[in-house]
Amino acid sequence: MENNTEIQSKLRKIKERFFLAAVVLCALIAVVPLFSVIGYVFIKGISAVNLDFFTKLPVPVGDIGGGMGNAIVGTFILSGIACLVGLPVGIFGGIWLAQFGKGKRGFFIRYSADVLSSIPTIVIGIFAYVLLVATLKHFSAVAGGFALGIIMIPTVTRTTEEMVKMVPRNLYEAGLALGIPEWKVTLHIVFRTAWNGIFTGVMLSVARIMGETAPLIFTAFNTPYWSLRVDQPMASMTVTIYNYAISPFAEWHAQAWAGSLTLVFIVLSITLLVRKFSKRVVYT
Amino acid sequence: MIKKFLAVLISTALLSGAAFAATLNGAGATFPYPIYVKWNSIYSNKTGVQVNYQGIGSGGGIRQFSSGVVDFGGSDAPLTEAQIDAAGGDVLHIPTVMGAVVVSYNLQGVSGLKLDSDVLAGIFLGKIKNWNDPAVAALNPGENFPDKAILVAHRSDGSGTTSIFTDYLAKVSLKWASQVGAGTAVSWPAGVGGKGNAGVAGQIKVNDGAIGYVELSYAMTNNLSVAALKNKAGRYIVPTLDSTSAAADGAMASSKIKKMISSGDFRLNLNNAPGVDSYPIVGMTWILVHKNQKDAEKGRALVDYLKWILSDGQQYVSELLYAPLPSSVRSKVLNAVNGIKI
Amino acid sequence: MWGRIEMKKGDAWFKAVTFGFALSIPFLLLILILILLIQSWSSISHFGFGFIFGNVWDPLADKFSALPFIYGTLVSSLIALAIAVPLGMGCAIYLSEISHSKVKEYIAVMVELLAAIPSVVYGLWGIFVLGPWLTRVIPGMKYGSCLLTGGVILAIMILPTITAISREVFQAVPNSLRESALALGATRWETFRLAVFGPALSGIVGAIILGLGRALGETMAVTMVIGNRPEISASLFEPSYTLASVIANEFAEATSSLNLSALIELALILLVLTIIVNGIARLLVWKTTLKYNPN
Repeated sequence: MENNTEIQSKLRKIKERFFLAAVVLCALIAVVPLFSVIGYVFIKGISAVNLDFFTKLPVPVGDIGGGMGNAIVGTFILSGIACLVGLPVGIFGGIWLAQFGKGKRGFFIRYSADVLSSIPTIVIGIFAYVLLVATLKHFSAVAGGFALGIIMIPTVTRTTEEMVKMVPRNLYEAGLALGIPEWKVTLHIVFRTAWNGIFTGVMLSVARIMGETAPLIFTAFNTPYWSLRVDQPMASMTVTIYNYAISPFAEWHAQAWAGSLTLVFIVLSITLLVRKFSKRVVYT
Repeated sequence: MIKKFLAVLISTALLSGAAFAATLNGAGATFPYPIYVKWNSIYSNKTGVQVNYQGIGSGGGIRQFSSGVVDFGGSDAPLTEAQIDAAGGDVLHIPTVMGAVVVSYNLQGVSGLKLDSDVLAGIFLGKIKNWNDPAVAALNPGENFPDKAILVAHRSDGSGTTSIFTDYLAKVSLKWASQVGAGTAVSWPAGVGGKGNAGVAGQIKVNDGAIGYVELSYAMTNNLSVAALKNKAGRYIVPTLDSTSAAADGAMASSKIKKMISSGDFRLNLNNAPGVDSYPIVGMTWILVHKNQKDAEKGRALVDYLKWILSDGQQYVSELLYAPLPSSVRSKVLNAVNGIKI
Repeated sequence: MWGRIEMKKGDAWFKAVTFGFALSIPFLLLILILILLIQSWSSISHFGFGFIFGNVWDPLADKFSALPFIYGTLVSSLIALAIAVPLGMGCAIYLSEISHSKVKEYIAVMVELLAAIPSVVYGLWGIFVLGPWLTRVIPGMKYGSCLLTGGVILAIMILPTITAISREVFQAVPNSLRESALALGATRWETFRLAVFGPALSGIVGAIILGLGRALGETMAVTMVIGNRPEISASLFEPSYTLASVIANEFAEATSSLNLSALIELALILLVLTIIVNGIARLLVWKTTLKYNPN
């Protein structure tokens, strides 16, 4: 009897040790490629980053200076259009799934979102091309942003749903008990409480679309000039990076690495800024 | 909200067509992308006409050109008759620059590899599997080949480079012609595929024993070791800009090509050209335009631009490691450009 | 009285509007499937079912089939999941349950940054860093371009999705649940297993399915390291090819219309594959959820 509990408590201790060790090991292993990839980009990219890189237009091989100012602006505009398309669908769709999506309809919509997430982005690009480029007979930032917006939808929907579901039920009920309409409770109490988690999902998807090349080549196209018009071809960092990366010239390779580094830096800044200004909610 | 937003955007898009007439859009082959960027930058500084060319791939360029999304296309492979019909039947091929495809390798202890067409085809067919194969040694007296498996690296993406390379192999090897054939993407009998020049060059760099093909300019700027290839005249030629130009000159001497040029057909095949100094794997790249331009303003801008790249523009070609067009061809092409109906 | 009717109206509107947005997801998917069907029709009618089970991909002979690509896609994604799920979960547990130092915030941000790196950069890193390293440490691996490298690079690319979402899900589990477990004298492992894992399960699965989705459809990076060889080989050290890769490789340059159509049919097959894989995943989840939350 006595012996048995002792063995059990020993077993519990071993399990606990094993659990802690495994978890720490996982974190360590996950960090290795992280540092390797980011370090690789940093080492390759830092030498070509200077003020010109952010303000000047691309220049041909052999010319000195130049940057990808237009592509940096273009990436922001394209991501903005993508958010206009992707966020309402993702967030409201996610809220509906969490609040009302228990039945068959919810299952069907959830399933559709998952299927959408595995479609290669180049195919999403083909879709946007057929809808908005082939019909209008010219490339446009809108078509590119539309494609990127569709790519955002599954991640945003999924995270919104999960985070809204995670909000303690008593918070919701307390709101209803005060006589506040359900929709106001959902938007003002539940959504706000869930916002931190949702934000992570939104950031992940914005980060991801900022790094997409394939869906833009046939939609937003690219341009070496300044252009803010959303009905015209628009430059993006990724297409510019891709063009440079596949070219034979070392000067362009350096620009490609600098572009990748800048992209990482932009996402880092947005994440840190928004995290700073949005307070984390602690559940008790 | 989104629908409204899109509707506004689309209507502005439709209304704005006229305001942008001085912009020319082109899309297609990635191989000439660096020189087109150079030309467009200089030309727009000089004239104010904005030309925007993007390397989305020859096939993509041809499709955008036939569906009227872009004003001109770019292609590393000439259009087939079916493609010309699909584009409206009035397609003019304007050659712009030439380039060579080089065989690059990575083998410790070997620096001056020489290959002839049989051995090259044998390697890419997967028949010659090891560097110590007697067929390789026979071409390279004095070199010491290790017992090392050959790793063939080829392009996995469809590309003009592949088209030129496989066209050469099909020309010189019956086995290649019957088993594989020539095209922008083929069913490779051996090896691994890398995406783009960078993908193939990467495979070669990290694998001892690898062999593959890339554009000449890529090999030159990245200091890859290249093989000398035996040309039609029986000499081993190292790929350079000079030996590329020599191949073009050699090809122009043939009566068949002379006839094509004088009839205004510029879909010239420069592979395995005669001439003692000719490098054997050489191709050209084309801009595709309609012979009958619908929009007068754009048509005029396009003709002026083409004339400029065929005359003043050619001086920038060799610094970006392309071979310029022989002057005999250039004058004929200029005549054809002048014949474009606006 | 009047106020209550107004209130109900607001709720009904809210439900209708959110449902409208939710419904647009299957609607988009439907249009996409229609477009893919139209564009791939000539290939579907030309090859029939033989397309799925054939072994040949020869653009010059206009002969196309899908089996090697299906194999490569499934196996590379499985490798990716086998690596990234335990790693990502472990990492997420560490970040949300174990560590309380400042370091964890940095790690969390870094993980999210991984999502922003363009896939062409992953591809280059894969060729020059990952591939050679794997060849060095794994006996029997001859060159870096193979199925295994493809799977590993996918694992790294889906790690941010799995880690970041799992972490958020763990953190969203109310502390009161943990505290009651701890109050009963549970160890951290027991607390996690009893109080956190159950409520978080559906969220974790959501994260894994999103990761799987990304792995199935990822293009550029895999293309650069998987070797792009349409052959089924039992060895993980041989080159392979995925559905998404062949589409990305050949779409821009495809010259024959049958080739183009066959590529789009591959996209359609990938879609069906996802529907099946997700269906299986859902079934598994449904069973496990029953085990953990019997009601």
